[in-house]
Amino acid sequence: MLITILLAIFIPFIAACLVPLIHTFLTGRRIGWFVIAVPLILFILLFRLVPSLSDGTTYLYTFPWIPSAGVYFSTHVDGLSMIFALLITGIGSLVVLYSIYYLSEREAIGRFYTYLLLFMGAMLGVVLSDNLIVLYVFWELTSISSFLLIAFWYHRKQSRYGAKKSMLITVTGGIFMLAGFLMLYKITGTFSLQELIGMREIIAADSLFIPALLCVLLGAFTKSAQFPFHIWLPDAMEAPTPVSAYLHSATMVKAGIYLVARFTPVFAGHASWFYIVSCVGLLTMLWGSVNAVKQTDLKALLAFSTISQLGMIMSMLGIGSLAFASSESTHIALYTAATFAALFHLINHSTFKGSLFMVVGILDHQLGTRNINRLGGLATIMPITFTIALIGSFSMAGLPPFNGFLSKELFFEAMLSLRDANLLTMNSLALLFPIVAWIGSIFTFIYCMVIVFQSFMGRVPAPFPGQRPAHEAPIQMLIAPIVLGSLVLLIFFFPNTLGTYILGPAMLAVYPHLEQMEGLVPEIYAWHGWKLPIFMTLGVVIAGILMYRFLRYWKGVYRLGILQFTLDRFYNTFLMWTERMASVITKSYMTGSVRDYVAYIMLFFLAFIGIGLIGFQQFIFDFSNDAPVGSNESLIIFVMMCSSIAILFAKSRITAIILNGVLGYSIAILFVVFRAPDLALTQIIVETVTTVLFLLCFYYLPEWRSERQSASVRVRNGILAVASGVVVTVVALLVQGHSFYPSISTYYETTSRVLGGLNVVNTILGDFRAFDTMLEVLVLFIAGLGVYSLVKLRRKKGVDQPEEK
Amino acid sequence: METLITLLVGVLVAVGVYLLLAKEMLRIILGTAILSHAIHLLILTMGGLKKGDVPLLQEGAAQYTDALPQALILTAIVISFGVTAFLLVLSYRVYQESGRGPGLRGPRDE
Repeated sequence: MLITILLAIFIPFIAACLVPLIHTFLTGRRIGWFVIAVPLILFILLFRLVPSLSDGTTYLYTFPWIPSAGVYFSTHVDGLSMIFALLITGIGSLVVLYSIYYLSEREAIGRFYTYLLLFMGAMLGVVLSDNLIVLYVFWELTSISSFLLIAFWYHRKQSRYGAKKSMLITVTGGIFMLAGFLMLYKITGTFSLQELIGMREIIAADSLFIPALLCVLLGAFTKSAQFPFHIWLPDAMEAPTPVSAYLHSATMVKAGIYLVARFTPVFAGHASWFYIVSCVGLLTMLWGSVNAVKQTDLKALLAFSTISQLGMIMSMLGIGSLAFASSESTHIALYTAATFAALFHLINHSTFKGSLFMVVGILDHQLGTRNINRLGGLATIMPITFTIALIGSFSMAGLPPFNGFLSKELFFEAMLSLRDANLLTMNSLALLFPIVAWIGSIFTFIYCMVIVFQSFMGRVPAPFPGQRPAHEAPIQMLIAPIVLGSLVLLIFFFPNTLGTYILGPAMLAVYPHLEQMEGLVPEIYAWHGWKLPIFMTLGVVIAGILMYRFLRYWKGVYRLGILQFTLDRFYNTFLMWTERMASVITKSYMTGSVRDYVAYIMLFFLAFIGIGLIGFQQFIFDFSNDAPVGSNESLIIFVMMCSSIAILFAKSRITAIILNGVLGYSIAILFVVFRAPDLALTQIIVETVTTVLFLLCFYYLPEWRSERQSASVRVRNGILAVASGVVVTVVALLVQGHSFYPSISTYYETTSRVLGGLNVVNTILGDFRAFDTMLEVLVLFIAGLGVYSLVKLRRKKGVDQPEEK
Repeated sequence: METLITLLVGVLVAVGVYLLLAKEMLRIILGTAILSHAIHLLILTMGGLKKGDVPLLQEGAAQYTDALPQALILTAIVISFGVTAFLLVLSYRVYQESGRGPGLRGPRDE
């Protein structure tokens, strides 16, 4: 088991690294056959765990990673993880298969599959890890790989815009989520999800409960494109269609759903959790479906429909959370049924939406357009594609005999179940939920009809430039959507197999305390009898057909001001404003002048040390330990002070260099006085060579001019210089007055004696710090190389210098 | 003695920083050289001055001067020499390439 889980997380990453390597001899699109093996094998491996999971077994493995910070690399597999893991690998296999024929040979196929595998590994990591920090790392990795995949055609401006947008929004949410995790850690002292579930009472009693809840939800909502963070998803459609089908409908956008389901046993039961999750979800559903109808680009339509469907799943999870607040078993059964419906619809959505995306990809690939105004009458030309589109759309619309019908009925039932929920002080609101859900479903129905009838029925529109002759897609491209379409049908006929083996264990993960409850995993029936849900569905169908018939008469409504309003504009303005502010602020101090930067460094030093000194407040200067001052020494010091100040006023560079020489040799004398013969010798040699070097360079360089700096700059420099001198002196004097630790030098003296090295300085350099000395030699060597190349190497004539153009 | 040397260090640091903020490359190089002089003296002073004999082990010496700062300074002298040499050649090359006097120019100087 452990091996399977670790393989599931790491094999995609390893394969991602191998892709460029293998691509060299498995050229062209054939590399896809290597890539497809990864999700396929993982799918089979993971599927083998399904029987044991359906018995209620879970697998938890922990390896220490940063134990001191509570971070363990722990993996946890239960029913909920398994649903997602199977979706990731299952849909992943189909998407890779589809992409082999979708991408043209001219594309950077290797890069594409590297990113795709990177995403696969990250996503599996998200759903299989138990430690929140590990989960967060994988979570952000999915954002990054999504960014890379959206920007796959990075020469397009729109792709870059979409990639940046998705990155900014999801990563911002991710940071909030991390903050929420840290708050949870502060409350409980653990990052383990399973342990958090056990401490739900402690968490609920803490004052950080609401902030943590909001932060975690923010992460989930940004990732799952919930209102008002949904704006990134339509722009993410710039990605190649297999990516849209995989990341932006089947897996990554469902990570937020996963997070909410995961945290339901931690947070649920509190009114705020229920209200936020269900209201945001329902609003998203309505907003997404209403906006989907007005789209003309099929992919944009599908993007808004994904937003809407994600909102629908989210709202059901919100209702499901009420089971934690309720004590009556009949109520509990109603609410758990909502969560069941959410998980069921999650799978259904992946099947029909995946197939629809692939259909749109086929249309785009075959005809060169996905604008519904340019499509029409394709049903007879592309019968198989049409059939798949029909199955997918009708399932999404909630019609039998497709799986969407089953989950749509359960959805209505969940919404209606709120009628009995008087526990969280909601009576009038309870009526609003089913109505909003019903309106949202009507719009869902309309856009589903738009997909089928406007692109496949009716007259063939006038040809447009760049149009390719329509014909059925190659069979290799059709396999993946056919498989998904068949699943749509299969699930309708055998929903309970899915319910028992896949959904049941997941329900246990969401409701660990209800393990003993009867009917936690309800039977799904296609026919419930004449009850409210079926009437609602009938209403949706009738209203939907009527509204679709007269679509062109009322479509003008979308031009009204309020519906024209998009949050995109807000995002763009905000981004522009931030960029402008950043540029103003940065330009104000990044002057491009190195002198200014040096001044900043000195200023920071002064401020840092100066403030430290003020805070220190113990100005004890202890001069008692000073050595006596001899007259010859004071003379040398006097000379040095004079010559150093004189350098500032030197009229010619020769004067300056001689004064520098005076300084250097005076220091050598001081070294002698202070009993450092090695230093004195070295200093004399180095000073001589330096002076020679200076003089040598002067031969080639022009005479120096007096500094032409404005008086204010000079005053600034003077103040900085004097202040630095004062600070250094004060700090040095203070340090001499305080001795916190005994000197370590006696160690070297005694050990040198043992080693037989009589010159202690040499022994330190050659023995104790030999490695250091070796690196010092290396530094000198590099400097020598630099000097040599600067003097010797010349630009070849006739060679273009790219940066000069 | 230590106090006096520390004052000298302060003067050298002030001169060095002032030169470092100059326009002309040569002044900057001199500034780095003087700064490293100052720091060498500072390190030596930190270990205490004239506190014993030369750190060459011999019979009859009661106490030796602290050898560790000396070893550190020895390394520092050599490295600062390398830096000075590199900077000098760099300024030479800048002059050769640009034909202008070796100075650092910001956009405001044009």
